[in-house]
Amino acid sequence: MAAFSTNEFKGGLKVMLDGDPCAIIENEFVKPGKGQAFNRVKIRNLRTGRVIERTFKSGDTLEGADVVDVEMQYLYNDGEHWHFMVPDTFEQYSADATAVNDAAKWLKEQDICTVTLWNDVPLAVTPPNFVVLKIVETDPGVRGDTSGGGGKPATLETGAVVRVPLFVQKDELVKVDTRTGEYLSRVKE
Amino acid sequence: MLAAIRRFFAERGVLEVETPLLCRASGTDPNLGVFSTRFHSPGRAEGLDLYLQTSPEFAMKRLLAAGSGPIYQICKAFRNEECGRYHNPEFSLLEWYRVGFSLTQLMDEVRCLLSDLCRNLAAIEQFEHISYRQAFERHTGVDPLTASMADFIDCARRYGFPEAVAVCGNEVPVWLDFLFSHLVQQHLGRAGTTCVFHYPACQPSLAKINAQDPRTVERAEVFLEGIELANGFCELTDAAEQAQRFDRDIASRQRRGLPAIEKDRRFLAALEAGLPDCSGVAVGLDRVLMLSMGASAIDGVLAFPLGRA
Repeated sequence: MAAFSTNEFKGGLKVMLDGDPCAIIENEFVKPGKGQAFNRVKIRNLRTGRVIERTFKSGDTLEGADVVDVEMQYLYNDGEHWHFMVPDTFEQYSADATAVNDAAKWLKEQDICTVTLWNDVPLAVTPPNFVVLKIVETDPGVRGDTSGGGGKPATLETGAVVRVPLFVQKDELVKVDTRTGEYLSRVKE
Repeated sequence: MLAAIRRFFAERGVLEVETPLLCRASGTDPNLGVFSTRFHSPGRAEGLDLYLQTSPEFAMKRLLAAGSGPIYQICKAFRNEECGRYHNPEFSLLEWYRVGFSLTQLMDEVRCLLSDLCRNLAAIEQFEHISYRQAFERHTGVDPLTASMADFIDCARRYGFPEAVAVCGNEVPVWLDFLFSHLVQQHLGRAGTTCVFHYPACQPSLAKINAQDPRTVERAEVFLEGIELANGFCELTDAAEQAQRFDRDIASRQRRGLPAIEKDRRFLAALEAGLPDCSGVAVGLDRVLMLSMGASAIDGVLAFPLGRA
């Protein structure tokens, strides 16, 4: 893999840092008028998801990381691993709980999601931004309530719990934003 | 802003000058990247290396040595490898020299000019004078003039910069720049303008050694809202000492594998002929404009920053 110098650091570039694959978020050039130039870089560790700041001497280099995002279809969970397939090639990948992490609660069979591969092994799974899921459990609503105010928790078929308005009932389909975990609307079948 | 600057100097009897942007020689400072080009003309088929100036100081000092008296210049300066929130590789510089002025007198004039240019900033009338040593100690707890490597390393750990050890190695100037730019600078110029003077002697550039404490030099910088605006020296007039500093820079460039640069012989000849005692300062005009307009990045005050040049 090629090495990248601080001049090439820009948002989205994937590099190796302390043995972990990381993504550059931000790169700020810091230079005292007559002194050494530095780059103050914000980096996300793709394995832990943690964001750190690190300073480099301008011109320093980091090894590139073989990290790619691939759209895949979620197939099933065998109790330990989550299985995905690339629709074009039928190539299958299995991801463990650390890679799937919080995405697990949004994954529904056949949905297309983004799997981040590091050296061809799933490193992280990002669910679609919006998912449509069925409510499997929620308290009966109060008559006459239309929207707004309060709300109640509802458990979805994938296990996620979101707050929904009081009028939304069990067995209905709802659209949810997976980035915020917020209910957006009801969906007609 | 330019009209206000010209009025300011006209009232004070300082002469406006112009010197070449395209130069035969360049500064040797290992921390400045220079743009170079090659000149071809009839009768000079082999070509001639020319540089875009990183600052007009050599040329202006040649004028001073020739007896120009107090002079100022508004010009473009070019620095390679510099681009960011506060940097554009081509930028506007105001540089002026006052014959017979001490650095303190010159910094007073800088303060007058800045309050003229940034009238809308409420705190502009407040002026704080602080030595590099005091500022450094206040925000890092380390004395920059006496600290050992262990002190620097300990300080970096305490403030959450473990990577500094690898970045700075055992080079004191790099440690000072690292800790100053990460821990000190953002606090400067928060309640008015801050003038930091007496920089450590390991960062001398073209400043005179401080007669009271040879560990420091007669160099001052002005900060406003954490941004470095100006850098001034009580100018070194000793040609031999200057030639030595050039040689040190050149050796350091060689060690770091940077492009070789010859020292400016015409400038050294001018120093030998006699540069009058004087102080000089350079102000980054784009940054002054940024602050007076409330822009958050230099791109906000350039019609065509590098990305659209």
